[in-house]
Parts: sequence; structure tokens; C-alpha cells
Amino acid sequence: MKISESGLVGKSVLRTDVLDKVTGCAVFVDDIQFGPNLLHSRLVRSPHAHALIKSINTEKAEALPGVRAVVTGKDLTAKMGLYLIDRPIFASDRVRVFGEPVAGVVATSEKVAVDAASLVEVEYEVLPAIYDPVEAAQPDAPLIHPDLGEYSVANFIFPVPGTNISEQFKIRKGDVEAAFADCAAVAEGRFSLPPIEHVPIETHTSVALSENNGQVTLWASSQSPFAMRDMIAQGLGIPHNKLRVIAPFVGGGFGGKAGVTMEACAVVMAQAVPGHPVKLRLTREEEFVGTSIRQTLVSDIKVGCDQDGVLQAMELTYYFGGGAYNDYGVNIARAAGYSCTGPYDVPNVKADSLCVYTNHPVGSAMRGFGMPEIHWGLEQIMDQLAEEVDMDPAEFRTLNCVRTGDEIVSGMKMTPIDLEACIDKVKEAIQWDKKEKPTSPNKKRGKGIAIMWKAPAMPPNPGSAAVVRFNEDATLQVEIGGQEIGQGAFTVAAQIAADVLGVPYQDVTVSTPLDTKYSPYEWQTVASRLTWSMGNAVKAAAEDARSQILETVADAWDEDVKDLTIKDGIVISFKSEREQPLDKMVVYGLPNDNFEGWKGGPVVGRGHFMPTYVTNLDPETGQGTRAVVHYTVGAQAVDLEVDLETGHLEVLNIASVYDVGRAINPDLIMTQIEGGAVHGMSSAYEALKFNEKGEVINPSFVDYRIATIADIPRKIHGDYVETPIDDGPWGARGVGEHVMVQTAPAIANALYDAVGIRFSDLPLSADKIYLALEGKINQKG
Amino acid sequence: MANHKITLIVNGQEEELQVPSNMTLLHALREVLGLTGTKNGCEAGECGACTVLVDGEPVNSCLTLAVELDGREVTTVEGLAENGKITPLQEKFVELNAVQCGYCTPGMLMAATALLRRNPKPTEEDIQKALVGNLCRCTGYQRIIDAITEASRNGGAQ
Repeated sequence: MKISESGLVGKSVLRTDVLDKVTGCAVFVDDIQFGPNLLHSRLVRSPHAHALIKSINTEKAEALPGVRAVVTGKDLTAKMGLYLIDRPIFASDRVRVFGEPVAGVVATSEKVAVDAASLVEVEYEVLPAIYDPVEAAQPDAPLIHPDLGEYSVANFIFPVPGTNISEQFKIRKGDVEAAFADCAAVAEGRFSLPPIEHVPIETHTSVALSENNGQVTLWASSQSPFAMRDMIAQGLGIPHNKLRVIAPFVGGGFGGKAGVTMEACAVVMAQAVPGHPVKLRLTREEEFVGTSIRQTLVSDIKVGCDQDGVLQAMELTYYFGGGAYNDYGVNIARAAGYSCTGPYDVPNVKADSLCVYTNHPVGSAMRGFGMPEIHWGLEQIMDQLAEEVDMDPAEFRTLNCVRTGDEIVSGMKMTPIDLEACIDKVKEAIQWDKKEKPTSPNKKRGKGIAIMWKAPAMPPNPGSAAVVRFNEDATLQVEIGGQEIGQGAFTVAAQIAADVLGVPYQDVTVSTPLDTKYSPYEWQTVASRLTWSMGNAVKAAAEDARSQILETVADAWDEDVKDLTIKDGIVISFKSEREQPLDKMVVYGLPNDNFEGWKGGPVVGRGHFMPTYVTNLDPETGQGTRAVVHYTVGAQAVDLEVDLETGHLEVLNIASVYDVGRAINPDLIMTQIEGGAVHGMSSAYEALKFNEKGEVINPSFVDYRIATIADIPRKIHGDYVETPIDDGPWGARGVGEHVMVQTAPAIANALYDAVGIRFSDLPLSADKIYLALEGKINQKG
Repeated sequence: MANHKITLIVNGQEEELQVPSNMTLLHALREVLGLTGTKNGCEAGECGACTVLVDGEPVNSCLTLAVELDGREVTTVEGLAENGKITPLQEKFVELNAVQCGYCTPGMLMAATALLRRNPKPTEEDIQKALVGNLCRCTGYQRIIDAITEASRNGGAQ
């Protein structure tokens, strides 16, 4: 089907960045050459999970030859944050997590910086640390942020001062008590997930330069250069026009390079050595210890249905372990709150979604933003309830899943989707009704299904801007502020611009690297929002440029714009059949037909998009007319087998189908579906582990395993359906995060099908499965 | 620390360089020669992002001291394309979208190039064995396997 006039939208054009990436031309931060003036740095990190800082002595470090500066937080009073301003750049009075930066050393070489960092003497008074979010939420728990009540906070976030609760989101809908009393079947459970890391192959890297003219430049591996500029400018009191963030290609983000990780530390260190670029490159160990994590969740879930299996009531408490600073985590708890039921139609709901400070690493955005966490429990409890009423799990989901126009848990009307179609497609792909034989007698085989929903989790009004700028030969630049983190954002931007303008795709270049000095504004590259939001902005900018071109031609030819179009880079008149190549005219304009005077001039199109229709929710009930812009939904089914002698689990097949609204680039969608399925599978086995001091004990690829090329399923059956939305380009919406949201519970459901044991806590490690098979640990049978 | 004068043949070009005893090939390539296509992912030989060829064999350049390679031939991702023409393997990575963020890609290409030279018709299992030390967080690997398989049908790494 041809969606647009040129047919470019809906076509799997090649990535704009792929040739750069296979030839070694693609530039990442660490690749930029700064010459001999470059200095190196290392952070001094806290060896305690929770302690008061009594004193910091930097004299010995400063005396080491080659050391240029040692900085601490003693003169930095401002804090940083997006939603809750709670985070110092360097801890100065209290450390709240193992590995928190307390000082930074700048030196002529990395080795000197490392040596000097070990000479910084910090005296601590150790405080009791708390890691479990349920314990931390109790009224008598030791306080991690005694000043919580004084922090500035966004008007849709509700901290509870005097506790460790940084956000409390409530849903009160219908009459839960009465509804449960009438239920024919009820299932209850507690589920938990450990912290996991994003594990981009490129570690966080930044280079900062502070010059004597007051200009500060920061090169950073960043998903969100504008948000980074805003937060650092706010934390250090630098005007936005004096802080320039340059963000080249990002070697994997997954949410971990959103916001600010340690880039503000680099800026503070650079300010101590004006005129010298200062590089701060995290080692792999630091990437595990000193960056944000997917926060933990303990969920208490109770759900009931009538005798026909129709869902009636849900009661939920979500305890998100937000870690030491919750500037991002509060919005994860909020997102989990307004989407708390998962993709189901439930008339009566009582839910409390809490973000709780703990002395674990900072919980932050990670692919799915709260949704993998809540679906882990939700999608297993639905299987339990289906079993109670003797229904097939897939049939139970088809019966109860959310449909277009339903009033969902937050009170809004569900935006257009077709989840039933996704369920049908995964059932077919995985051959749901066929019982497969294990590949050997010591193995058991099973199948499981799970469905999901996710809305972009954002403030109500995150904006995107775009500019389209023509060259003399009618090739053009598309300028955007959205980042390429592997998902294909630049390609989609180029494709949309080329389509609207009627020019060949290869004539479009995306202006890189992102640079807050030149790039148009983009809120952040998060929430699977670029194809949708940035796509709308690029479309508007290209339409603006197209109008300028057509008006110039119409004017010069004395014709009506309505009779003109652009095809393959040529303006054509349907009426007069005249033709005008874009070449030259997009910069020099056109002479009038009578050769007296000219029309037009350099074509520069601009466009922006900002959702204006999202409403706030009632703080007591969580109800409102439009909590979010829209939802993307999907289904996955897993076919796996378990080795009864080792507990080893092997995922054989994954079927994965999402409703993308409209496929702008079908093959890029498939790359997300495939990569996400493996990421989701890997996440089911991953866990960051800590000792009693709160120290990460597996900070390497050997001890924190991610899926290798030898671990992948035999087959991933990816597919999509298209139910367009009204606020996306051609009806498109995002799918980058959704593709791993429900993989872990789909695996757990298949595991139950295989061996009859339900695992309520991740990770699904072989030792845990083996011991459960032997009846040696207590999992629900 | 002592400095050593060594000669490397990098991508066919003879290069004389001064390196300290403890400098790895990774840093010599990236910082002394400015060849930044080879990526630093862990500096512990665990992720494969820094894979290059030494005399045709894949090595983790982060675990190899530059001083030990005096007189040897080193091939990096920058040395794959010849006269602006990319290899069939690179072509297949492009065509099949076997690339997302691109940070692991140079290491993947080098490991796969070595495999195809050693074994022009690898099975899927051969590919998995050869690339098990090259981590990718984006793609889910299947397209990398498919790109190598298809390249092997089209004349391999040459």
C-alpha cells in the first residue's frame, strides 16, 4: 500500500548512518581529537552506601606531579534534577550510594589522575544504609533525604516529606472492595525485580572545556543534549547561551544516557583549569558502579474476575526502589501509576505507586520506563487468574485486553490500537495450540504469552523543533535535536523530509553532530517519542519549505499553487505542464516570466510540534481526561525448554508483534523488534549484585553477563499491525522500548507451562531454577 | 617509563611510532596514529569492540602491547575498504541493517573478516563460535549472522 505520494514513507530505505558505521568514520565522543592541550580526569568515589562526610583533604593529591586541579563539592550548593531537584554534582555533606562522586582530579595523564584520586583523603561517619524499597517506605526507616520537603519539584510529582517516599501516585477508581466481594476468582502475589544495568558498549564519556571568555563547551555521549544543558546550567548557574553541548553519535543509550550522569562533574573540573579540555571517560567498572540503573520494583498485586473470566477489580502497590537520587525515578513511579493495570479493561482499581529512596545506585530511565517492571508481575498474575477460571491464557487476554475507546484506568479514552490482532498474530507464529516435544528426554518444553502497553512518559508539553535548509544543488540538510542512538531516528527524519518535499532520499543529509548552539530544540531522545514527535516537527518543516518553493514558482509563473507539485526534485504544473528543477531555484529563486525582477530566495523551512492536549490528573484519584498522548501495545509469545539436570533455560522461539500505528520504515521496526526481544530475554537473566556494604560485586562483563551471539533464540518471529493515531506523522507512534517490556514475564509463563513452577522474582538464573526443580527453594508450585 | 621506537604496517602503510612500554595497541592506534575506528569498550578483553587483525588473526587490541608488535601487520576497520569500495562483508552489514548504534560494529567486522578468511563457508554455529567474544546490545545478533552468511556466498571478506 502506498501511504504517501512519493511512496518513501512506508519504504525500508537504508540507514543514513550505516556507511559511517561500517567504515569506522562514525565519530563518538572518545574519538574526537583534542591535541596536546587535553587533560584527563578521574572521580573519587564513596566507599560507603550511606555516610556523612566529615572532612575532605586534597593536599596530598594536589602535591602529586602532573596534577592540575582537585575539585570537591564544598562550594557547589545548587542541586540538579528534571522533576525533583535532589541531586548534588559532587556530594559535600552526605553520600547516599556506594560510588557517589565526592571529588574529581584533573591531571596530565589518566594514570596520574588515577594515582592522585587514591590520595584524596575523605573522613566519613558511616550511617545505616537501606536497600529494600518496602523497608525504606516505612515511617520509622532511616531518612536518606532529611530535606526532602525543601526540594523544588514539578507540580505533578507528590513527595512525602519526613519519609523516604519521593513520589506517591494514587488511583482510586470504582469500588474495589465491593467488586472483590463479588469476584468468582481472585489471584494475589508479590513480585520483584533486581536492579539491572543498561550496558551500552560505549561507556559514558565527556570532554568539557571552560574558556576565559566565559564560554563552556561540553562534548558528551548524550541522548538528550538539551536536557543536559538545562540541568547543568541550572546546577552551575551558567546561562544557556554560554553552555554549549555537542553530542556526536551515541554508542548505545537505552535510557542510561538520558539526563545527566557525571557530565556536570566534568564541567566543574574543567572550570578549575580554564582553557584545557578535560576528558572524563568512565571505565567499564565505573559504568556498572557509577551510572544509573533500572530501578528495582516490589509489586503487590491482587486481581479478581467473574465466573466468565471478565476482570472486575485490581488492587496494587508498587514500591519502586529509586536509589539515592530520584530526579528521574519519580516520573517512572508516576508512569507506572497511571498505567498500573497493564493493557486491561478493569472497572475497579485501587493503586499506590511509590518511588522510594534507597542507598542503591540512582534509578533512572531504562528502555520501557517502569513498564517492564510492572508487567513482570501483572503478566504472571493474569496467567494465575486464567488458570483459576480454567481459561487458556491467550483467550483470557483476548477477552480482557484494552480496546480503542475504552475508558482506561486513568479515566482517559483509549487511543486507537488493535491488541487483539497482535495476540492473534503471536499465537499463530508460535503455534500456540501445538504442544511441542522437548529436544531431549532430560528437558521439558513450554509456551507462554504476555501482552503490554506503554505510553510515552513525559511532562505534558515536551517539544520538538526542526529546520530544513536547501543547498544550491537542491540537496538539503535536515536539522533536528533528536539523537541517533541506534534506533534509526536520523533515517526516519531524512525519509519524512524527502517524502514531503518530493526529493530523492539520498539528497537529504541530517546535520550532525547535535549541537545545542545550532540544532533546533528537542526535549529528549527518550520515551520512544522521536518518530512521533520529532517526526511531526520534521514533517511540518518540510511542508513549510515545500510551500515556500511552490509559492515562488506559482508567483513567477502566475499560476495557482494548487496546480503544482514536486516530484523527483522537479516542480511540475498539472495545468501548464511546465517543469522547474529545484536545482539553483531553492537558493537563487526564479526570474519572473517577463524577466523583470525575481521571486523567492534561499528556502529554509521550520516546523515544531508540542502536544497541547495532555491534562493533569487528580492527585487523590489519578483520574483525568487525558493522562498521556497515546499508547503503543503489543504481544509476545515464547517457546522454551528447561534442562532438568542443570536448570538451564533455553528460549527457542519468540513471537513478537506490536501495533506501530504506521510503519514509516518497516525494516527499522523489525530491527527494534528483534534486538528488543534479545534484550528482553537477556534482562530476564541479569542482576546487578551487591554486598552488605552496598558495593557492586559483579562490575564486569564476566560477572554481569549480557546475551552473546551464542545465546539468541533460534527464531524471532517479528511482525506489526498498523492502527493509525491522529497525532503522529501518517499515524505513526514509537516502538523502540515496547519491544522488551513483556519478554521476561512471557518467559516466566512459558517456564510455568514447562515445569509447573512460578518464579515471582527475577533473575531467572539456572541455579535458582535448578533448586526450585529439586524443591529446595520455595517458589509457588 | 621507557619509550620504544617501533614500526607497524597499519592498513598496508608502514608507520614508525614512539610508544611507552605499557601502551596497548588500542591506545597506539587511537591516540598515536589517530585511527579511532577501533573502539574501546572495556579494556579487559571482554567485549571485543577493539578487535583488530594482527598478521590476519583477530586480537583484542586492548590486551596487546604495541611494543610487542614491532614489524607486524595490523589491519583496522579503516583498512577494510579499498579505494573507496567497501568489502562484500561491509556491504551485507549495510544491506541487512546489521548495525544499530555502531559501537560494536568495527570489532564485529574485524572478527568476521578473520573468520571468512580462515573459513570461507562458515555455518551459523561457526559464526557464533568465532564472534562469541564480540558483544552487541542493540541488534540481537541475528542480522550479523545473516550478513556474514550472505557475504560468504558472495565472495566473503575479499
